[in-house]
Parts: sequence; structure tokens; C-alpha cells
Amino acid sequence: MSQENLLEVKHLRTEFFSSKKSSVTAVDDVNFEIKKGEIVGLVGESGCGKSVTSLSIMQLLKDTPGKVTNGEIIFQGRNLLEVSKKEMLDIRGDKMSMIFQEPMSSLNPSMRIDKQMIEGIRLHTSLNKADARKKAADILAQVGIPDPERVLKNYPHQLSGGMSQRVMIAMAMSCEPDLLIADEPTTALDVTIQAQILELMRKIQQDKGMSILLITHDLGVVAEMCSRVIVMYAGKIVEEAPVDVLFANPTHPYTQGLIASVPKLGSGVKVLPSIPGSVPDLSAMPKGCRFAPRCKYATEKCHQTEPELRSVGEQQKCRCWLKQ
Amino acid sequence: MEPLLSLNHVSKTFPVGKTLLGKPDKFVHAVNDVSFDVYKGETFSIVGESGCGKSTTGRLINHLLTPDSGEIKFLGQDISHLTQDQMRPLRKDVQMIFQDPAGSLNPRMRVEDLIAEPLLIHTDMTKEQRLETVHELLGIVGLSAKHAKRYPHEFSGGQKQRIGIARALTVKPKLIIADEPISALDVSIQAQVLNLLHHLQEKFDLTYVFISHDLSVVEMISDRIAVMYLGFVVETAPKEMLYQSPMHPYTQALLSAVPIPDPGHQKERIILEGDIPSTINLPKGCPFAARCKQCKPECLDRRPETVEVAPGHLVACHLYKK
Repeated sequence: MSQENLLEVKHLRTEFFSSKKSSVTAVDDVNFEIKKGEIVGLVGESGCGKSVTSLSIMQLLKDTPGKVTNGEIIFQGRNLLEVSKKEMLDIRGDKMSMIFQEPMSSLNPSMRIDKQMIEGIRLHTSLNKADARKKAADILAQVGIPDPERVLKNYPHQLSGGMSQRVMIAMAMSCEPDLLIADEPTTALDVTIQAQILELMRKIQQDKGMSILLITHDLGVVAEMCSRVIVMYAGKIVEEAPVDVLFANPTHPYTQGLIASVPKLGSGVKVLPSIPGSVPDLSAMPKGCRFAPRCKYATEKCHQTEPELRSVGEQQKCRCWLKQ
Repeated sequence: MEPLLSLNHVSKTFPVGKTLLGKPDKFVHAVNDVSFDVYKGETFSIVGESGCGKSTTGRLINHLLTPDSGEIKFLGQDISHLTQDQMRPLRKDVQMIFQDPAGSLNPRMRVEDLIAEPLLIHTDMTKEQRLETVHELLGIVGLSAKHAKRYPHEFSGGQKQRIGIARALTVKPKLIIADEPISALDVSIQAQVLNLLHHLQEKFDLTYVFISHDLSVVEMISDRIAVMYLGFVVETAPKEMLYQSPMHPYTQALLSAVPIPDPGHQKERIILEGDIPSTINLPKGCPFAARCKQCKPECLDRRPETVEVAPGHLVACHLYKK
């Protein structure tokens, strides 16, 4: 059975305007879909457009110079770029929600946890205040907070990083969304706390059957959590594959370089293969393939014209002239 | 062999809060009874999670902080209570590389002045000689002489860290303390800088104290490793021993928590419960007892002694007896 697509992103382009005429394109022609109950990883380095992609999906670019200038974002059959502000408010938090990298700065520092959680729950349900509070305590218990009643009375600064991230997850889960977008959810946390949070996310995903778009730069986290992976470089998708295929047989030179340059526990190597150079500036994109200046296989053609994202295997796509 | 650097029972506390009379009423116990030796030419790593005291230890070695008790010996000399003036000639021998390359370079100085500054202080080179050294160093760290006239903001994160490394190398130090030197960098750039550090060590016979939270990186670069928790060193061992047979329950949990970039990899994961306790009120017994699955009544009452379970492999845990 071919599974139903929960989210389809088609030809998404997001630009940031510094004035009416000049802009940089942070995300360009991005296409992917997320099926029901699937954990998809979105991988790339800083500035590759992975966070902008997620903010575009959530329609959270309103207060920034950023604007979606092309494409469609189809969520449960509706194009989110065409729904009204009010409808978007209903979808956001209820059908899809998001957790961010910095748990400390995503909570309101001057509001107690109970107030913040009740606010969210009451926006999307018809529960009264007392019931909403009970529900908040329930969810906090579900995310493994030992003493929910005490935490509800706390202010964010009284919680540790791991605790705040649990509260964030609890808030995101409070309306049982169909899609959770997690933008570097464990990057700011210590490795033993990261293990706790990843375990928790996996458990919730299995219990509720929701889909997760996991944005990260950590290939270890991807390998442990995701079933499918999308690799972005300089605003474009360069490769897409099921997780085992991607790690066993990466086809794009950037993906190959990225996987090779991560030190692996127990590998015993002293010197790592590394990718020379650094990520190009958004305002000065190379003309051809965006990875060409750093690619050891680059030919004249790569510097002149940009390759398309094409299927290279049953479920694998790659944007590279070598594979076309 | 005489160690290059040796820490003996070093402790450091910081005052927090004030009573009515303006005296501190609480103390953060950042580093507690830490002892280890570092030998010439090796990379000694300190790993641990945030707040475990690893950076404070680095700052104590570099004499940016002075210990409350214990002694720090560098080349056989106790440096822990030297004045800044007495320390100055030794600064040449101990240099530091910081985590945030952007924050550690003065934005209003050109790269050539940034790199030449230690030479101005520690040597009597002429201006031409200094400039020549700067150009040579830029080449060594993978930049070029044309970068010398630029300002820090014109460089990427990886390049800035290369400048930081060049500056640490100017005075030919005997010891380099690298405090999370690659944590702020992108994955593909991390490998470049790690390889550079490795290459420089071989070329100049450098000794590193490498401070990091990333166990995969530490495994690559280290010869010996100390694991810290709550300001205590809980385990010290040569790399192979630590990764193949970790003894302390905390080290075991820490190693098992590292995500492996290989989807086929199956492993037993030890998920620790709870958070790291505060360093203001240190537990009476073993610092790790509250989160330890193998905790016994004894662990809550008494600090474990450090025992040598194998040559060079030291563990502070009640599970292991002399």
C-alpha cells in the first residue's frame, strides 16, 4: 500500500529581502514529502536553508524579511500558502507544531509553565481552565517529568536545559499534532540528556503515530531516528534516500564527504577525510553546481550549468552530473 | 619520565550569593580534588558534560584562575601561586585556543597584528621579522600571506579558528590548551581543523590538553583521557582502555549515549535518569550516586577513592577495590 502523504512541499523558494529589489534566496526549488507516521531527517550545515524550510512550512516568516516567493506547501490536502491567517492559527499548534533548538529562549521567561501550557491547550480545545491544567500535568508526566505539579508552578529559569526541552515537547504534543517539526531539538543539550530526549521523541512518535520532520546537523542522530533523509546544501536538496541506503551508498559527493568527515566512535582513525573550503555565501552563489568549488570530481560542465535532482535508484535522488 | 604538567589535588570554588554583610554565603564547587599528569608530546583530553569543570580546569592550568588548594606544576615548578609578573615568562610556554573563534579575536585588529602581538610581548624581533613569522604561520595553518591585511569579520568560522591556532603557535609553546576548539564549527569544517591540529602536533612536537564534550572527536585525537563529572575526575585511562573497557558507570553511560552515524549499528543504550546535580551542594558520597544504577548505601555515605585497576587506568568508584 502506498502510504498517504501528510505533507508535500513543491518547488518551494524562500527569499530574504534587504530592500524591494535586492534579495538573497535561502531556499530554492525544494521538493519533498512526508508520509504519515514517518520520521524524515533534514540534514545540512549552517546556512543551508534547513531551518528556513521549516519556518516556511510553519508560516513563521511573517515578522522577518523572508517571504515564500514560489511553490506550494500541501498539508492534509490544503495549500498552506493560500489559507487565511486565522485558519493558519488553527492548524499551527493543533495539526502541526514545532520545537526549537534553544528550549530556554523559546519559553516565555516571565510566565509560569502552567500559564504557558494552559494558554496553548485552551486555544485549541474547549477545555476549561481547571481541565486544561489537569491535561498539562498529564502531558508533563508523559514526557517523563518526575513532579509535574511542581514544574507547572515554576518559571522557565528554574528548569534545566533538559527539563525545558521536555516542557517544549509537552507543549508541542499537547494537541496531539499530526506533524511535529523538530529544529535541532537536542543540539543545545548534553549527550546523556540528548539520549533521554531522543528516546522520548521516538516513544511518543510510536504511541501517537505522528510524523516528524527532524532538522539536524548531527548524522549520528539521523542514523538513529530517521527512516528517510534529505540532504541540503546551499539552499537546495542535493540528495534524498532511505536512511540505510544513504549511509551505505551515498551518491552525491557532498553527502559522501559529510559522512566521511564525521569521526565515528571506535573507528580508530587519526586523520579524517575532509571537504576543502567552506559553504558559499548566499549572495554569491556559484553559477553551476553549488558544490562544484569544493568538489574533487568537478568538471567544466559542473561549473557552468546546474544539475537537476534526479532519481538514481528506486528511492534515491541525487543532484549531480556524475549520476545523470 | 618527568611530566610536563602535573595537577595534584587541585580544587577551585567560586562564591555566589551574598549575606547581609556582603560575605558570600554559597560556593560553586567547580573543580574538586583533581589530579593528573600530562607528558610531553601527548594529547591529554578532558571530557564531560556542561558544568563538569573541564573549562575551569583548563583555565587553572593556564593561570587565568588560581586554585584554592592543591598545586599545579609546570616543568617541575609550582605555578599555582605565582603573581602575574612571575607568570609572564611562562605564558610563552602555555597557550590557549578557545571555543568561539569570533569572540577571541579583536574585531578592530588586522590579522597580522593579531598574530604578531604575542611576538611583540615575548620576543625582541624587529617588525620585518615579526611580519615574516606571521606570513610563515599563516601558511602553516592553511591560509596565505594575502590574508594578513584583513580583519577578522572577513573570515569564515573555520578560518577564524585557523587564525586563533596561528596566534597560539607564534611563541612556540610547549603546551597548548584547546578548549572545545571545534564545537562552534560546521561538521565539514571540524574535520579540517582536527586534521590541522593533528598535523601541527607532529610537526612541532606539541603537547595538547584537549577539552571537549564530544567523545567521538576525543577518541580520534587523544592519547589519554580524563572523564569529569561534577568537578571530579571519575576515570582516567589511555584511550584504548577507556573506549574498550570503560569502568566507571558514568563513563559507560556517557559512551553508550553517543549517537553512531550508522543505521545498522545496534547497541545497548544506558539511559541515565535525571539531571546533573548542582555543584553548590555537593553530594556527601560519590558525585554520581544519585543517577547511578549500581548505587549502594556506601556510595551515598563516602567519597570513593581513586584506584588503579590496570596500569594507567584510574577509577574513582566503590565498585572497584584495591
